Amino acid sequence: MVASVIDQPSTAAPVGPSTEVCVSCRGVVKEFGDGESRTRVLHGINADVYGSELTLLVGPSGCGKTTLISIIAGLLYSTEGDVILFGTPQSQLKGSKLVQFRAQNVGFVFQQYNLLPSLTATENVAIPLLIQGQPRSKALVKAREVLEAVGLGSRANQLPSQLSGGQQQRVAIARALVHEPRLLVCDEPTAALDAQSGQVVMDLLKRVAVQAGRAVIVVTHDSRVFTYGDRIIEMADGRIAEPGSTQH
Amino acid sequence: MSWVAWKMLTGDRAKYFGTVFGVAFGVLLISQQMAIFVGLMRRTAHAAIDVRDASIWVMDPEGKNVDEVKPLSDSDLYRVRGVEGVEWAVRLYKSLARARIDNGEFRQSILLGIDDHTLIGAPVKLVAGSLADLRRPDAIIIDRPGYRLFWGDGPIVLGKTLEMNDRRAVVVGVCDTTPPFQTFPVMYTRYSQALGFAPRERNQLSFVLAHEKEGADPQQVCQSIRTSTGLAARTRSDMIWFVIEFYLRSTGIPVNFGITIALGFIVGTAIAGQTFYLFTLENLKQFGALKAMGVSNGRLVGMILLQATIVGCIGYGLGIGMTSLFFESTQGVTALMGFYLPWQVAVIAAGAVAVIIVLASMISLRKVLILEPAVVFRG
Ligand SMILES: Nc1ncnc2c1ncn2[C@@H]1O[C@H](COP(=O)(O)OP(=O)(O)O)[C@@H](O)[C@H]1O
Ligand SMILES: [Mg+2]
Repeated sequence: MVASVIDQPSTAAPVGPSTEVCVSCRGVVKEFGDGESRTRVLHGINADVYGSELTLLVGPSGCGKTTLISIIAGLLYSTEGDVILFGTPQSQLKGSKLVQFRAQNVGFVFQQYNLLPSLTATENVAIPLLIQGQPRSKALVKAREVLEAVGLGSRANQLPSQLSGGQQQRVAIARALVHEPRLLVCDEPTAALDAQSGQVVMDLLKRVAVQAGRAVIVVTHDSRVFTYGDRIIEMADGRIAEPGSTQH
Repeated sequence: MSWVAWKMLTGDRAKYFGTVFGVAFGVLLISQQMAIFVGLMRRTAHAAIDVRDASIWVMDPEGKNVDEVKPLSDSDLYRVRGVEGVEWAVRLYKSLARARIDNGEFRQSILLGIDDHTLIGAPVKLVAGSLADLRRPDAIIIDRPGYRLFWGDGPIVLGKTLEMNDRRAVVVGVCDTTPPFQTFPVMYTRYSQALGFAPRERNQLSFVLAHEKEGADPQQVCQSIRTSTGLAARTRSDMIWFVIEFYLRSTGIPVNFGITIALGFIVGTAIAGQTFYLFTLENLKQFGALKAMGVSNGRLVGMILLQATIVGCIGYGLGIGMTSLFFESTQGVTALMGFYLPWQVAVIAAGAVAVIIVLASMISLRKVLILEPAVVFRG
C-alpha cells in the first residue's frame, strides 16, 4: 500500500503529452460469418493510440483497417479481446451505454462525408450537439464557430450539394469536432479527394483536430499523406506489421 | 432531433410531395367511395327519411322494403288507431306511376299520397309554391330534379300540367327531397287523389304513419301495435335501417363498393408505403451516420414515426379536402345530389391512414433498426 503510493509519481509522471495512452487494443480478434463461411479478419491486434497526436493506420486494402477502427469507435463488437477507451474496457459498455459513449466521446469522418443533404453546412455541423440534447439555437451558434475554424464561415448556409468534395469533407470534420470528442476516427478521409483538397483536409486534421488529450486516428492507404502522422501503425492481413518487417 | 427529422423529410420537395400525395390519393379514394356508398344507401331509404312528422311506420309484415309492399286495408288503419299509446295514425300511399307530359313522353315517377286532412309526410323544403295549394283539385308537388326532367332548365313556372292514368295533374309546388335511389321524379299529392292517379287495386293503403302519445316510448308503442294488430311496426330509424339492410342484402352494391374501398386502401397503402419506404431507403446512409454518431434506436424510431405522422396528417387533410371539394362541386349534378361526406366516413378514413402509415413506417423501421452502424465506413 505504502510502496505503491510512493511509487506512483515516478510511473505516472507526464514525460510529455504523447505518453498518454487513450485507446488500447488488447488481443482484438474479429470474425465475420457463421459456420463454414466464418472468416477471421483480425488476428489478435495489440496496439496503443496516444492522445495529442495524429495516428495513421495504414496498410493495403482489405487488411482490416476499417474493421479495426469500427471496433475502436464502438460500432462493432470484437469477437475476442477488448479495447480500453480512456480507462474503460469496451466490454463494460453494452447496448445503450455504448451508443451514449459514442455520442459523448467519438467524432467520425467518413470517406463519403455522409452529410445530410437537406441540411445546411451549419445545421449539419450542429447535429452531434443536438444528439447530446443541446438547444438548437445554442447548437447552431457553436456549429457556426467551428465552421469558421475550418475556414468555411462564408459557406455556412449552403447545402452540401452546393459545396465541393473538399469543402464537404471540411464540414464533416467540423461536425466531428463540434462536441469536442476525446476520440476522432477518420476512415480514408482523402480517398475521394484530389491531391490538393487532400492536403487541405490533412492539414486541418493536424492543426485543428489534434488537441491535448484527444486521440486522432486516420485510416489511409494514400502514401501522399503519410508525412502528417505523428505515429504510424501499419497493418497487413489482419495483423500489426512490425516496422521494417512487412516483407514475408 | 425532431427538427432534423422534419428537415430530412421536407428537404427533397419532390419526394416529400410524392409521399404526401400518395396518402392523399388513398384517402380520396377511400373517403369518396365510402361517402358515395353511404349516400346511395341513404337514397334507398329516401321515403322513410323524408317523413319527419311521424315516428312510427306500420306496414304489412310480408313487405320486404318500401317499394315492395302488400297494401293494408282501411280496417288496419282503425286498428292501429285503437292501439294503446298511439296518439294518431294516418294513411300514406306510395307507388310508381307513369306520368305523361304534353309532348307525349312517359316517365316513371314515384307517387306519394299523403293524408288529406293533416298532410303528414309532406315535403319539408319547398322551393316554389305552397303546401296549402296541395288541397286544390288535381294538385301535385314535384321534386326539383323531376321538374327539370319534364320541363327543362328555365325558371320554375307553377301551373304546368301532366297526365297520370288519364287524369290531369297540376304542379302547385316544387320541392327538394332526399333524392331517391332510382332517380325517378318524386310527386306528392293528397291520398284520395293518389288513388285516382294510379291503376285501381282493391286495397291501396301502403303504409300507416303513426305517432306515440307524449311521453310514450316509440319502441314500446311499436311492440304494442305488432302484438295487437299482427302488422309490422317500426320506428323511423328502424324503418330507415330496414330498407337499407334490404338493399345491402339483395343487391351487389355493397360488394362493389367494398371492392373499390379495399382497392383504395391497398392502392393508398402501396403508394404511400412505397414512397415512404423509398424515402427511408434513400436516407439509409444518413440514418446509419446518425446511428454511428450516437442516435439510439429508440430515437430513430421516434424520428421515423414523426416523419410518418407528418406525412399522414398532411396527406389526410389534403385527401379529405379533395373529397369535400368533390361533393361540394357536384351538388348540382342530379346523380350526386345530396351526397356529402359524413363525419363517420372521415373518421374511418383517418383510421385507414393510421394503418397505412404504421404499415409503411414498419417496413422502413425494420430496415433502419437492423442497420449496422459500421456500414457508414463502407462505400
Ligand atoms: N460485415 C462483413 N462481413 C464479412 N466480411 C467482412 C465484413 N466487413 C469486412 N469484411 C471483410 O474483412 C476484410 C477486411 O475489411 P476492411 O476492414 O474493410 O479492410 P480495409 O478497410 O483495410 O480495406 C475484408 O476481406 C472484408 O471483405
Ligand atoms: Mg476500409
